[in-house]
Amino acid sequence: MKYDVVIGLEIHAQLNTESKIFSLSPTRFGADVNTQANEVDLAMPGVLPVLNEQAVIKAIKFGIATDCKINNRSIFERKNYFYPDLPKAYQISQFEYPIVGAGILEITNEKNELKNIGITRAHLEEDAGKSLHENFTKHSGIDLNRAGTPLLEIVSDPDLSSAKEAVIYAKKIHALVVYIEICDGNMQEGSFRCDANVSLKPRGTKELGIRSEIKNINSFKFLEKAINYEINRQENILDDGGRVVQETRLYDADKNETRSMRSKEESNDYRYFPDPDLLPVIIDNKLIQNIKDKMPESPYNRLKRFIDDLDLKEEDANLLCSDIKIADYFENIIKIGNLKPKLVANWIIVELMGIINKNNKKWQDNKINEQDFATLLQRITDNTISGKIAKQVFAVMWDKGDKPDNIIKKEGLQQLDNDDEIKSIITDIINKNPAQVQQYKDGKHKIIGFFVGQIMQQTKGKANPAKVQEILKQQLS
Amino acid sequence: MHTKSIKELHKLLTDKKISAVELAQHFIDRALKHNPSLNCYINILSDEAKQQAKIADDKIFKKEGSLLTGIPFALKDIFCTSDMLTTCGSKMLSDFIPPYDATAYKNLKSSDMVLLGKTNMDEFAMGSSNENSFFGCVQNPWDLDCVPGGSSGGSAVAVAGGLSPVAIGTDTGGSIRQPASFCGITGIKPTYGRVSRYGMIAFASSLDQGGVMAKSAEDCAYVLQSLSGYDKKDSTSMPEDVPSYTESLNNSIKGKKIGLPTEYFANLDDDLKQIITTQIKEFEKLGAIIVDISLPHTDLSVPAYYVISSAECSSNLARYDGVRYGYSAKNPKNLEDLYLKTRTEGFGDEVKRRILIGTYTLSAGYYDAYYIKAQKIRHLIADDFNQAFAQVDILLTPTTPTTAFKKGDKQNPLEMYLSDIYTVAVNLSGLPAISIPAGFHQKMPVGMQLISPAFCEHRLLNFAHMYQAQTDHHLQTPSQVPQEKIL
Repeated sequence: MKYDVVIGLEIHAQLNTESKIFSLSPTRFGADVNTQANEVDLAMPGVLPVLNEQAVIKAIKFGIATDCKINNRSIFERKNYFYPDLPKAYQISQFEYPIVGAGILEITNEKNELKNIGITRAHLEEDAGKSLHENFTKHSGIDLNRAGTPLLEIVSDPDLSSAKEAVIYAKKIHALVVYIEICDGNMQEGSFRCDANVSLKPRGTKELGIRSEIKNINSFKFLEKAINYEINRQENILDDGGRVVQETRLYDADKNETRSMRSKEESNDYRYFPDPDLLPVIIDNKLIQNIKDKMPESPYNRLKRFIDDLDLKEEDANLLCSDIKIADYFENIIKIGNLKPKLVANWIIVELMGIINKNNKKWQDNKINEQDFATLLQRITDNTISGKIAKQVFAVMWDKGDKPDNIIKKEGLQQLDNDDEIKSIITDIINKNPAQVQQYKDGKHKIIGFFVGQIMQQTKGKANPAKVQEILKQQLS
Repeated sequence: MHTKSIKELHKLLTDKKISAVELAQHFIDRALKHNPSLNCYINILSDEAKQQAKIADDKIFKKEGSLLTGIPFALKDIFCTSDMLTTCGSKMLSDFIPPYDATAYKNLKSSDMVLLGKTNMDEFAMGSSNENSFFGCVQNPWDLDCVPGGSSGGSAVAVAGGLSPVAIGTDTGGSIRQPASFCGITGIKPTYGRVSRYGMIAFASSLDQGGVMAKSAEDCAYVLQSLSGYDKKDSTSMPEDVPSYTESLNNSIKGKKIGLPTEYFANLDDDLKQIITTQIKEFEKLGAIIVDISLPHTDLSVPAYYVISSAECSSNLARYDGVRYGYSAKNPKNLEDLYLKTRTEGFGDEVKRRILIGTYTLSAGYYDAYYIKAQKIRHLIADDFNQAFAQVDILLTPTTPTTAFKKGDKQNPLEMYLSDIYTVAVNLSGLPAISIPAGFHQKMPVGMQLISPAFCEHRLLNFAHMYQAQTDHHLQTPSQVPQEKIL
């Protein structure tokens, strides 16, 4: 391609506060229509907004985690436009003086190069309600449950040069906001949405081309597809000697295409001005330091530590660091049980996450506490049970919530560790299967698996597999 | 009865000479009788008043009442009252019943005051004559052909006509002080942030402030005490404690300095100047020292005010779109048509004019030239006051350039806007000010304005009360409304 691709992202992360940014209504997702909207959300006459301090603290956390400048003074402004899902006919947002200023996020792009992506700013604003078009004829419904939900809009510099790079950046921001627990990151529910600004310019030139903005993309897959579609579309226009029109476009996932929503000429003059109902947000450095002191280790540090110090595979470390609760769980189990990190990582990723996924549950649904998990893994390392039996015990722990030692005792699952006992079982099996013994003696050593299987069957998997192997080999030779 | 002060009414109530129910009934009867000619109430709340009065009587009986228990009041129809019509003088809200109380109203209710009715006003508080009400003009009881001033014209007339002992108004650019002046009563606009704006329907958020209109500064002090205070629902309300407004009422003002801003007297009508100059001597008699002072940016206050207030109103009134509540146009073709028709039919001309001005001044390309410049002027004007208060304790000015004018007299909006020339600078600076009766010119009341530094309402009330203790202008009642004796 003879063009450079220039992409900037605007990410809307919904902050996971209990109540809305300017009213006391709850922010829970999925409530009945208009049950979470009070007189402030409905913009009744005479009502006033009151800033939710938690939203401010969460924005500051983001600024700290990304090393962005946190502005000591920021201002809420009114963005004026008419739409039925915007009850005040203005959105309270930040414009000239955002709460979080510039910073840099380092990513490893698809070519495995380190690249710095500039964060222009991050500002607080309120979400709009939703228009409902289904089940209405000649009318539309309005649901104001979402109106006033706090959003942090994170704006990047136009530093991204491919759809893949944009996705990597967005994923990193996503992982971060989830990790520092300011956003639940649920993209299906719209808690994390992206707008992408895309433009092309002749390779190597400086001046930016005319951009289009693709609105409201709610999955990483669609983000990549929408940007690629847009790159293609613009490339075709430029190749044909045409001009890209500055406009807002919508991505249609069903058709995998972007469609024009409105051109620059049709765009609103938002008539921003400082909201006289709200005071400037003054944040002193002491508050920033207080928040910083209480913040956990940054996910980037932790990831690096998991890979370098705990010797985990990058893929596994990434998974464990995707959520601070998972990472804490992992490290606590290691500490409680004095266990090998790799063992714990495997059990969490394969067994626990496996059972969570299989049952269509979420991490929060995991009821197995760290102590019990550590005990279970200790029973493997102290040879009380085999790894295979441990999986059975684990399944019971998940289903019934019982303690691992109780389960082992109740079901008599202790590993058969007594040499004499194992020996007598092995002798018995060897005697019953002379043909197979002969095969082994003839050099077909793989047949040992048959004996192991027989022994495990007879002991219901309780025999210590290492010991079985050892004694078998002795007796067969 | 209706000429008595709050203190006198309180004594009658506690001495059991009259019950709160009887007192409320007396004013309700007067309201029902005279409202058809005065039109100061949009809604007279006979049943609610009786209910609230019964509660007050109960408290008085149990000796649990305050000084305000059982005292009736009228409330400008800009304050939301739950389960009661709240129209803001507009067709747009002519059927609007809010599900919540304005904090200011809640405060008075918790002092056991009794709400008589909701008073008429210029639509969305935009106007200086009360001619902009959807519910018709209010008549000035001193001359029924004259306007009562605005926008709190209904509240002013309710008090002046003896239809309520006290009334609550709001003041964005003079809307308490100017009608108080035109109707010969006392009206105080507190410091911005002193009275909660929650539930007070917004016109211009950075200027709007609720206040009290009554027959005297003393009555104002009692009611303002209850009305004021921090409200966590209003981020712009002041967290500071409210000082006692009554304790200092009788403080000597001897040796205190009163500044006369020369800019406020330069173009004043000679007769009015003469009247006010005479009244200044009353302050001198009380030992105050009179000095001339300059507020050099005064002439910029009206243009700055109309830019800022219109800008804010254009955004504040955008919510009236016919979608959720209030007036909604019938049979719209589509969404845009709904907006267009609802707002065309629901708003009056003056409101539309201000929305247009405000939308224009906030638009891309004009914002810096108008809105930003007006904000800068606002700072200059506030600085003028700061410098003046470094030299004097209080400022004294005329409240209005003329007495109440005839209805229909000011057809040109610009001419109407200029009638706010002495009042708007106070709002731009967030300062408190009071208008007190200073005499009569051709049988119409003349008002005089006192301005103090922020949060010095007690000083305003003290100066006004000392003046009223030795003058009787505030005791005059209009002959147009019969002062029949009932009790």
